[in-house]
Amino acid sequence: MSRVETRNPDRDAPGRVIKVDALARVEGEGALYVRVRDDLIEDVKFRIFEPPRFFEALLRGRPYSDAPDITARICGICPIAYMLGASRAMEDALGVVLDAPLEDLRRLIYCGEWIESHVLHAAMLHAPDFLGMPDAFAFAKANPDAVKAALRLKKLGNTILEAVGGRAVHPVNLAVGGFYRAPKKHELQALLPEIEFGIEASATLAKAFAGFDFPDFDYDYTCVSMRSDKAYAIEEGRLVSNRGLDIPVAAFPDHFFEEHVAHSNALHGRMRDGSPYLVGPIARYNNNAGQLSPAARDLAREIGLGATVTNPFKSILVRMVETFHACEESLRIVAGYEEPERARMPIEPRAGKGSGVTEAPRGICWHSYELDDEGRIVGATIVPPTSQNQPQIEADLAGVIARNLDLDDEALKWRCEQTIRNYDPCISCATHFLDLTVDRV
Amino acid sequence: MLVIGVGNRLRGDDAAGPIVAERLAEMGIAAIERDGDGTRLLETMEGADEIVIVDAMRSGAAPGTIRRIDAVREPVPAGAFHYSSHAFGVAEAIETARAIGILPARLVLYGIEGARFDFGAPVDAAVAEAIAGVVSEIVGRD
Repeated sequence: MSRVETRNPDRDAPGRVIKVDALARVEGEGALYVRVRDDLIEDVKFRIFEPPRFFEALLRGRPYSDAPDITARICGICPIAYMLGASRAMEDALGVVLDAPLEDLRRLIYCGEWIESHVLHAAMLHAPDFLGMPDAFAFAKANPDAVKAALRLKKLGNTILEAVGGRAVHPVNLAVGGFYRAPKKHELQALLPEIEFGIEASATLAKAFAGFDFPDFDYDYTCVSMRSDKAYAIEEGRLVSNRGLDIPVAAFPDHFFEEHVAHSNALHGRMRDGSPYLVGPIARYNNNAGQLSPAARDLAREIGLGATVTNPFKSILVRMVETFHACEESLRIVAGYEEPERARMPIEPRAGKGSGVTEAPRGICWHSYELDDEGRIVGATIVPPTSQNQPQIEADLAGVIARNLDLDDEALKWRCEQTIRNYDPCISCATHFLDLTVDRV
Repeated sequence: MLVIGVGNRLRGDDAAGPIVAERLAEMGIAAIERDGDGTRLLETMEGADEIVIVDAMRSGAAPGTIRRIDAVREPVPAGAFHYSSHAFGVAEAIETARAIGILPARLVLYGIEGARFDFGAPVDAAVAEAIAGVVSEIVGRD
């Protein structure tokens, strides 16, 4: 349901307006408005009009243990990000440290979410952009084997979620302190053949996508991600940037803030100095590529990724490298899995404050809660990745449009939508969403 | 035959698909409820012999209008079944299944035109009538 309009509101100042009223192939509802005058961009607004959902308010007064299951409903694609971010924050507030095997199970289910979310976006929603195809099924017609492999790979992600979490959408087995029931060894062992398929399929898809024609655009991003001493950070770590930031999770509000803007229902996240920053696959890769498995680093080299990635259109390649790494991690965890002595750590409710962060497929997702002495939630703050990326998406759009003003409106609109899809924006999560208008005046 | 009712019970007339599935299941007919996630529909379609999908539609027709599409013979118009926050929905799933050769031998799609899709909105009277109509038609097929 997209529309391109070219109009001249003022005969003395001819120009262009490009509008996309409802963006396709993104999660949720949003729009884009661009106004260009005398080849100068006057205005770029990425609007999210998915209505606000007030999750933070409805958590107040509920027991700490409700937070993972309630916040999971923020998103059907990345519930694990919310469940584990909320759990981490509660464990921080309540002084709970998980046994190592439970941490491994958390990383395994998170790998499942990365596989499922990354493959859906890369193969079904983003790849058609590079081939000039309007829909996933046009892509499927031209590449039936790639799409079959992608669907099977995505299903692997869902199967991992089911095996560890009880079901694929909004899993029911995750709790503050661990799990309600630890999976049986044979249940996880059964995943091994599909995980091995996944390692092969993700490498094949990565190599196929590497042949795409990537639009020429680079940006010197401030990359913000987690970093762990143990591994390529997903479910555990502190917060770092490529500009020297290295802070504990709790210090997030000292360095970042969210602001309301009139044109969007999503809050916009910025650095304290007002500058935009990047979270998600490229930020993680740029900060932590050295911690990818040797085979994942080889794959990255083979598909043409350098030590850092500055072209946002190559996020599709980084997603496939991360998918490959997640499949390898799943293999490692499943192969070494022994049923733990206990599925969940004992917890004594108490008053306190806690914060938690994890690497959702789209980037860091930060949670903070305050509890009363019975462990009831007094205050809650959740900062999802798409809110944080919004100012950077607008900055990318301004740069991409400036380089492509020679394109006709239809082609420019396409390029703008593609620029937004680089971010796999989860608009439902960020609403606090998308439609495109380019005004050439 | 498996009937798949697609939709969200919390969003007004988008509940049409799930309600049809629920009524059929009560009568002992194989019927399941699904959200609009196209890739999961593909998983369900693969290997199936006969599938009936029921989904709410927003095509501009009068509320309660029933549209029956023999998806094996004709393409599914993407625009009418796009009311889902998921950008890869029912129409995309069916056309992808056709493109990669996993379309069931028989696949019928019933679209029920909705009036309102707001959170918490009641099911429209004309839509409720259409739900009953689709239920009896599917029972007749079985």
